[in-house]
Amino acid sequence: MCSHCGCAANNKHRLHLPHRGSEDSTIASVDGLAHEEGVIRNILAANDRIASHNRQHFDESGVLAINLMSSPGSGKTSLLEATIDALGPELGFAVIEGDLETENDAARIRAKGVPALQITTGGACHLDATMVHHGLHELDLNGVDVLFIENVGNLVCPASFDLGAHCNVTLLSATEGDDKPAKYPIIFRKSDLVMLTKSDLLPYLDNFQVDRAAATLKASGYDGPLLRTSVAKSVDVGEWLAWLRQRLADHRAGLFLNRNHPG
Amino acid sequence: MHELSVCWALISEVERLAQEAGEDSIAHIAIRVGELSGTDPGLLVRAFEVARSGTKAEHAYLTIERCDPRVKCTECGLENVTRPNRLLCACCGSFRVNVIGGDELSIAAVEFTGTGIPRTSDPPAAGGSANLNTEEAPHV
Repeated sequence: MCSHCGCAANNKHRLHLPHRGSEDSTIASVDGLAHEEGVIRNILAANDRIASHNRQHFDESGVLAINLMSSPGSGKTSLLEATIDALGPELGFAVIEGDLETENDAARIRAKGVPALQITTGGACHLDATMVHHGLHELDLNGVDVLFIENVGNLVCPASFDLGAHCNVTLLSATEGDDKPAKYPIIFRKSDLVMLTKSDLLPYLDNFQVDRAAATLKASGYDGPLLRTSVAKSVDVGEWLAWLRQRLADHRAGLFLNRNHPG
Repeated sequence: MHELSVCWALISEVERLAQEAGEDSIAHIAIRVGELSGTDPGLLVRAFEVARSGTKAEHAYLTIERCDPRVKCTECGLENVTRPNRLLCACCGSFRVNVIGGDELSIAAVEFTGTGIPRTSDPPAAGGSANLNTEEAPHV
């Protein structure tokens, strides 16, 4: 993907020259690169640069990239299988799978005839922009409309790392309880869409009230819809497919501005 | 425990700053960590003990300024400090607020030893962590 962009070389970054403080010490000044008062640079600046590079690559390829996050076992891969079943005839998909170990999820996606790359992180609890960047070198995006990056199942760490995706979609399964957004608010605030999965189980669950979940989501800073899906005994992904179609249309029209990555 | 990844990123950035300054040793790193950044300051301190080994920051102090989430109501204009799972106006209860603080994960200052001479001959501090220090600045 990067034969012409020079990304194999070190990312060039405007150098920041510190001011001389005293005879015994120098203190890096806070002007120049500062984008926030009193800040030299963001700690994750290197990750953010690579994320921007990934995003540029997606844009040049005409691909909508979606970072899919949730707890382990909330139904990310099952949702992707149902999405491929429903929209496979009309859209081109590719998937990057993130797990600590195994190729299981990539194998499930490939069984649907969709290219899938498995990133096994070893011990790492999240994907970062560099892992995705390396993955992109292995993945042909020709003919791909939507790339799903299925993050490592984890409601904490993935929230801190921009991968270069255009939007974040987070799943909340009915079996997890309606207070998950109150317990893990950061990831939900960073979401462009939250979906309630396994919603066909709601009649059997005492610890999930949809209005309570919606209220905790709002208090956590998420102001989008809570779409319901189920993919097991009864398949109901209509609202999600409509959202995805609309998002892709907006993206293609250049109208979509990700609130997490303005500009 | 992504704090180790954050720490490696921090070390990489401050080493870059040291290189730009022509310095070989870092004496002090001051960072800001907002509660909405998803990074735990306590875990960051422990991760720093591991990540700094063998780097220009090996003998550096780390000070962390914790930044509480702050919101400004778009309806009544009130600004208030709050919690990550309660980004609401403390006055009118509205969720229509702008987050104006708490996302920080940034380097505020880096102090070098200023000698310009590699300090490889210096013996490591006892226990390898004697210089490690954290401070909590007053909440903003």
